[in-house]
Amino acid sequence: MDALEQLRKTFFDWQAMADVIPQILTVGLPNTLILAISSAVLGCIFGLVLAVLGLSHNPLLRWMARIYTDIFRGLPAILTILLIGLGFGPVVRILTGSTNPFPLGILALTLMGAAYIGEIFRSGIQSVDKGQLEASRALGFSYTSSMILVIIPQGIRRVLPALVNQLISLIKDSSLIYLLGLLGSQREIFRIGNDAAANTGNLSPLVAAGILYLVLTIPLTHLVNFMDNRMRSGRPDKGGGSAATGPSGLAGQAVVEPVGPASLAGKGN
Amino acid sequence: MTEFSSGTLTGTNLHLSFGSLHVLRGIDLHVEHGTTASLIGPSGSGKSTLLRVLNRLIEPDTGDIALDGKSVLTENPDRLRQRIGMVFQQFNLFPHKTVADNVSLALHKLRKMPKDQARAKALEHLDMVGLKHKADARPGNLSGGQQQRVAIARALAMEPEVMFFDEATSALDPELVKGVLALMADLATSGMTMVVVTHEMGFSRNVSDSVTFMDGGVVVETGPPEQIFTDPQTPRLRGFLSDIL
Repeated sequence: MDALEQLRKTFFDWQAMADVIPQILTVGLPNTLILAISSAVLGCIFGLVLAVLGLSHNPLLRWMARIYTDIFRGLPAILTILLIGLGFGPVVRILTGSTNPFPLGILALTLMGAAYIGEIFRSGIQSVDKGQLEASRALGFSYTSSMILVIIPQGIRRVLPALVNQLISLIKDSSLIYLLGLLGSQREIFRIGNDAAANTGNLSPLVAAGILYLVLTIPLTHLVNFMDNRMRSGRPDKGGGSAATGPSGLAGQAVVEPVGPASLAGKGN
Repeated sequence: MTEFSSGTLTGTNLHLSFGSLHVLRGIDLHVEHGTTASLIGPSGSGKSTLLRVLNRLIEPDTGDIALDGKSVLTENPDRLRQRIGMVFQQFNLFPHKTVADNVSLALHKLRKMPKDQARAKALEHLDMVGLKHKADARPGNLSGGQQQRVAIARALAMEPEVMFFDEATSALDPELVKGVLALMADLATSGMTMVVVTHEMGFSRNVSDSVTFMDGGVVVETGPPEQIFTDPQTPRLRGFLSDIL
């Protein structure tokens, strides 16, 4: 019985949780969202560039995209964050006088995210029926205009679920920024939970942090499933029409403005 | 419908190879403005490829293409394609845009028409094909026949000098074919210059002014429909007609 009580106190000490929750919500949550959302938005923009390079007719551009993707997809997140954050930190300090680790942290997350997002976009764009490009060209649109107006919007729409998965990843990986050294007000969810756990010798604050991560990620996971289902069930007789009748609200927004979440990120920053 | 004063299309000695595959072997085709030319022939004979070469979706290896007597090979191909409308077997409407947006997109973006004006014009052309009431639907919610009529409206809205139809009814359910053919016949009667790749021999015979029979990348026989269908000169055309009629 003592052992059970011991475990309960270790993981679910309500008082320890209650003490840390206000800070997690007022300091940690906004910081985590800033990190995750800004790197997601920047990663989408950069990822789209990578996808377009990866589909280019120019083999040199294709290779550059390929090599970039291989490197940043192949390195552990923790290693990239340390190399970028610690390596460029002093340079940034000399140039700007700032010691805030957020810009470099966001940069590292963006570079990693872009490698995955670029592949997601590329597969989406490649899945668009060839007839779409032909029809667009036949109307008189240039290759570039056809990509921007016709092909890329359809490609993005098809990979929205995969993109949300990537956002979930970034939310989790943003916890690694603590390695760069954070001031009290810069701490994100994990660091606040971890500090409190270290100070009290009790893991309950970390459990509280974990619960908040789940509160963020589980709804997103279900959003992915929901979007996936809508896209499937909205499918009429032919593949091409599927997305059109799919999640018109959500997908519609993202398609009209591929960098839609920019407004969100603005708030975050 | 509008008046068509231009649109004489001439292809001269067109050659095209994909690697070792010689798809077009010296094609000559002349379509007088205001007339309809059908291209018939077995699959793989190069009919659809010829259409794509004529509007430079595929660049010919050699040969010349002229519109109203002027070579278009030096022209910007995007400009050329604004002068030639094309309708595809698979419709190829843009599924992420509404029916009206499908029709107005090129008007707005290429012809630089203000949005409301482009939409008004799109609605006008949708009305012409009897689908104004579907303006705000998505293509995926339309029948194949309706989608193809929208595709025709989309091409016509650009006021092309020539219209290409690439097996426009081949992907349609039989009961939907009639409506699209009737629309194409109306268009031909109105004086549009048309080049029609088709397996619909009835259409070819009754609507077109000339019929060109292709096989193996060459024009085997060309002439007015009565001659082609009732008095074929070559054994290859006779064989083709007896196979399909």
